[in-house]
Amino acid sequence: MEVLVVFLPLLAFLVAGSIALFGGPKVEPAAAGHGHGHGDAHGHGHGHDDHAHVSHDEHHDDAHDDHHVVAGPPTAGDRAAQFVTAGAVLISAVLSWILFFDVAVGGNARTIELMTWIRSGGLDVSWALRIDQLTAVMLVVVNTVSACVHVYSLGYMAEDPQKPRFMGYLSLFTFAMLMLVTADNLVQLFFGWEGVGLASYLLINFWYEKPSANNAAIKAFLVNRVGDFGFALGIFAIFVLAGSVQFDAIFAKAPELVGQKIHFLSWNVDALTVTCLLLFMGAMGKSAQLGLHTWLPDAMEGPTPVSALIHAATMVTAGVFMVCRLSPVFEYAPTALEVVAVVGALTAFVAATIGFTQFDIKRVIAYSTMSQLGYMFFAAGVSAYGAAMFHLFTHAFFKALLFLGAGSVIHALHHEQDMRNMGGVWKKIPFTYAVMWIGNLALAGLPFFAGYYSKDMILEAAYASASPVGKFAFALGIAAAFLTAFYSWRLLFMTFHGKPRMAKSVFDHAHESPIVMLIPLAVLALGALFAGVGFHNWFIGHDMAHFWGKAILVLQDNNSIEAAHHHTPGWVKLAPLVVGLIGIALAYIAYMAMPGLPAKAAATFRGVHQFLYNKWYFDELYDFLFVRSAKYLGYGLWKSGDGAVIDGVGPDGLAAATRDVAARASRLQSGYVYHYAFAMVIGVVLLVAWLSMFG
Amino acid sequence: MASWPLLSFTTFLPLAGVALILLFCRGNSPDVVRNVRYVALWTTLITFVLSLFIWFNFDPRNPGYQLVEKAAWIPEFGISYHMGVDGISMLFVILSTFLMPLCILSSWEAVQLRVKEYMIAFLVLETLMVGMFCALDFVLFYMFFEGVLIPMFLIIGVWGGARRVYAAFKFFLYTLLGSVLMLLAILAMYFVAGTTDIPTITATHFPRSMQLWLWLAFFASFAVKVPMWPVHTWLPDAHVEAPTAGSVILAGVLLKMGGYGFLRFNIPMLPEATEYFAPLIYTLSIVAVIYTSLVALAQEDMKKLIAYSSVAHMGFVTIGMFALNQQGIEGSIFTMLSHGIVSGALFLCVGVVYDRLHTREIARYGGLVKNMPKYAVIFLFMTMASVGLPGTSGFVGEFLVLLGAFRDNTWVAFLAATGMVLGAAYALWLFRRVVYGKITKADVRSMLDLSPREVAIFLPLVAVVLWMGVYPSSFLNVTSASVGQLIQTYQTKLAAAQGGEGGVSVAAR
Repeated sequence: MEVLVVFLPLLAFLVAGSIALFGGPKVEPAAAGHGHGHGDAHGHGHGHDDHAHVSHDEHHDDAHDDHHVVAGPPTAGDRAAQFVTAGAVLISAVLSWILFFDVAVGGNARTIELMTWIRSGGLDVSWALRIDQLTAVMLVVVNTVSACVHVYSLGYMAEDPQKPRFMGYLSLFTFAMLMLVTADNLVQLFFGWEGVGLASYLLINFWYEKPSANNAAIKAFLVNRVGDFGFALGIFAIFVLAGSVQFDAIFAKAPELVGQKIHFLSWNVDALTVTCLLLFMGAMGKSAQLGLHTWLPDAMEGPTPVSALIHAATMVTAGVFMVCRLSPVFEYAPTALEVVAVVGALTAFVAATIGFTQFDIKRVIAYSTMSQLGYMFFAAGVSAYGAAMFHLFTHAFFKALLFLGAGSVIHALHHEQDMRNMGGVWKKIPFTYAVMWIGNLALAGLPFFAGYYSKDMILEAAYASASPVGKFAFALGIAAAFLTAFYSWRLLFMTFHGKPRMAKSVFDHAHESPIVMLIPLAVLALGALFAGVGFHNWFIGHDMAHFWGKAILVLQDNNSIEAAHHHTPGWVKLAPLVVGLIGIALAYIAYMAMPGLPAKAAATFRGVHQFLYNKWYFDELYDFLFVRSAKYLGYGLWKSGDGAVIDGVGPDGLAAATRDVAARASRLQSGYVYHYAFAMVIGVVLLVAWLSMFG
Repeated sequence: MASWPLLSFTTFLPLAGVALILLFCRGNSPDVVRNVRYVALWTTLITFVLSLFIWFNFDPRNPGYQLVEKAAWIPEFGISYHMGVDGISMLFVILSTFLMPLCILSSWEAVQLRVKEYMIAFLVLETLMVGMFCALDFVLFYMFFEGVLIPMFLIIGVWGGARRVYAAFKFFLYTLLGSVLMLLAILAMYFVAGTTDIPTITATHFPRSMQLWLWLAFFASFAVKVPMWPVHTWLPDAHVEAPTAGSVILAGVLLKMGGYGFLRFNIPMLPEATEYFAPLIYTLSIVAVIYTSLVALAQEDMKKLIAYSSVAHMGFVTIGMFALNQQGIEGSIFTMLSHGIVSGALFLCVGVVYDRLHTREIARYGGLVKNMPKYAVIFLFMTMASVGLPGTSGFVGEFLVLLGAFRDNTWVAFLAATGMVLGAAYALWLFRRVVYGKITKADVRSMLDLSPREVAIFLPLVAVVLWMGVYPSSFLNVTSASVGQLIQTYQTKLAAAQGGEGGVSVAAR
């Protein structure tokens, strides 16, 4: 059954991929320029183009997600690909819920060896499926959201001519993600890690004719690679320290490594700290933590279902999963944990500040995702791994819901993503409106919604934690909670309320999405409603120790969840709710009661606003530091290094010198006997001198 | 087994094909040309099948030479005809025979001029390459090693592009310069050991001061072949001008001769010098990885870009080798095999579009995925293998090399690992410019997707890359025993030398 769960999506990918390559009707090369150009549609423009923008339309003109491409009715191949992929993932989803109750609730963890992978000297890596409590949770998250997204895509991508390719990529992603969460060793984890990276690259680039999509895809891959650079070094360090890359072997060895030094680069440093930090670097890349986060907002170039699945619910949480999976190592590296907590807290805050100045609906949600990932990390950083995983679990539902809901809005408004061109449509798309409310209530953490249980637990654990940075994380977390509530309702109000700001024709044609898109929304809405209240006892409550079993290790002194249950002042429990309500109220004032206020505020605090609106200028900085300098260096090394120096002095120089010497030598042949005689004398003198010295 | 000389058969079978062509294919009529192609194809295919028997008869647990053939040749000088393979060389033989039929197939339509001579050059080349990996006598080895230059020189110089003469001479002179020094070293070793038998010389001890000079002489030859920075500049020119199949063999097999030479001669024969010079190799290799990756980023010619990427990948190979531990060396052999397949496939990918549009300029393409989806998939697959995505062959080699390097020196691993990022940068940037985007040019729009012949060329390559990536044990099993023995030889000799000469050489560390 475990094998089926993991490999069904791979099978589906292969089938859909073959259909995409061999099954579809051949596109006549001559006709290719007309019908299908996504970029073409661009030039013709949409309804909003003649509509006056308020301000800041620098990057937003080309930020429209979904270009309208009219394709014929789905072919048999399309149908087959959709049926196979969605069917396979649905079966996987059902099976993973069965596994969840067997493994996590029943405490029946197991590992299935498949075959040898790499064996060299002391290194022994296997392909294996490790199904323990952590994996079971991830399986449920990945497969449920993936199944919802697969079904949703049937409707969302109905007008795209390349359905089999899209569905195939989604299944490929699902497979890679499943390999990641079932890994029994760091190298297989790395396999899944890079595999989801590839799938993400392909899906961001799905509309390959858009230069912005091409760039975003490369950026995502490369920034992730920077993280993987650290990850790989971390794996090597673990191997050197523990003599193995298999999890159980590493975990058994970890306590002995406390206080051990490793010679890394030129310094002797604490072995576990540096190893954990290197591994965390990988997590930062994948989970878009501050510093390596710049790819995530750009990744919104991909179709919206992709954003929901990969860039909200599953792939970006892989870093959190990794830290939790390695809790038996991180627990012995307190310094590393503090770094994790600080980075997480900063990310939560910074992302929230950017989120509330953006206008692209998907980007707002993307920054919100980044911010929530920050919460998960600082939870892990204060040893509240259960809370981190719980937030991962609830967040997957409500964030996927928000993205798919946003997709439904975009779909309804004829592929409009700029919130400045929305408004007033709540009566036209009531179902979408309702689920967006549910999603936002869960995100803001209002009582009884999913986020309430997980996010409050994180904040309380941070406050109660013995970690020296716990209070710091708590403070930033509260600030971020306020901002979260504010931008969430800003999004709701700008999108659904107020006067319609789009072209009249677009408004008139606004329509609720088809039923195949609404069902997944309903399923996820149920998750956003009940994932918190239904599961909190297992994840963070009384049954916690039994539920997680040996999958998570928390040292007694670090047990912040336990501490939070016992000694948290009342105001700490109330604070998130209060700031959340204030945030909502402020959003109501700014965007409903006094709609002129935001523009005025932005004008008054122009410097701050520009700073936030331009995302703290990370992109500009990196472009200058890395992208341009690399290109400049490359060109310079090529032309002057290889060209002028190496070739100039080496072969070409030698050739020139040879020609030169030959020309001179020919002049030496003067014909005068005394020239030759003189040369001979010199030669004899040199020979004798050499012989007397060395002979 | 080996009741019949399998290695010699495999080595010289291609010459039988040459004889067939010379004897029976006269004239220049289309029929004759077709026959020449078929003779070449069948010869290489049969050679490949024959070479697989080497693998079947190979005992992976035996670290020594197997399928050995030995006959006196010039007994007065202790020179013999001595052939044999061990875990280090065996897979290179397979690699050579595997790539050859694909090269012939890829030249099926691309080469129309002097087809007979072209095919003969390739068949002779195959004999020389296979012979080189099997030779266990220095004279024999040197003849094969140098002989390879001649057909390759002709392939570039006759069937190459516009600047083919410059490139051919650059290639020839560079490599010749290195090998002359190697010849001197071989002579010097002969005078000490009294024989040219490679296993015997491996067991001989050379004085430390002599080792240093010998090592440098070998290094000069192999460093050019690998090629290591800064003697790499012949490679981009040679690749750019060579015909597609020439590039495939050049990148696929010829570069590996350098790496193989290091493993066969420098490390086991000259251990003290190896230890002394390892930092030099590390430095040059790291420069190669970072420098050439950056240079690759700036290229405007597809083949040049892949050529530079080869230099960077070979930097990983030399790093792993001189980490001198099991993972490092096995990784470097694996990387060589993987790079042989992957870079060969990438050059074939360039060849596919070159055959259609007759330009290698990246800017002339763009948007190919639209009308060439099969091509795009294969190109992407090979790009990812080159980037080292887990599940492909590239990952296993790179991972083992870096792991080996990390065990030896974390700085080396740290700097070399930047190649992971830079490698992805130039590879994806190339792929994006050629395959993604919008088609803007009419001639690009009318390009056709892969023909069945081209698919037949790529499928075996894809299959092998996946096989090596998912179940590399088939290959690592072959290498592990011999590599283990190599390391043991190295360490024993080193320890003996340091024990014998007292504290001097220890202090020299």
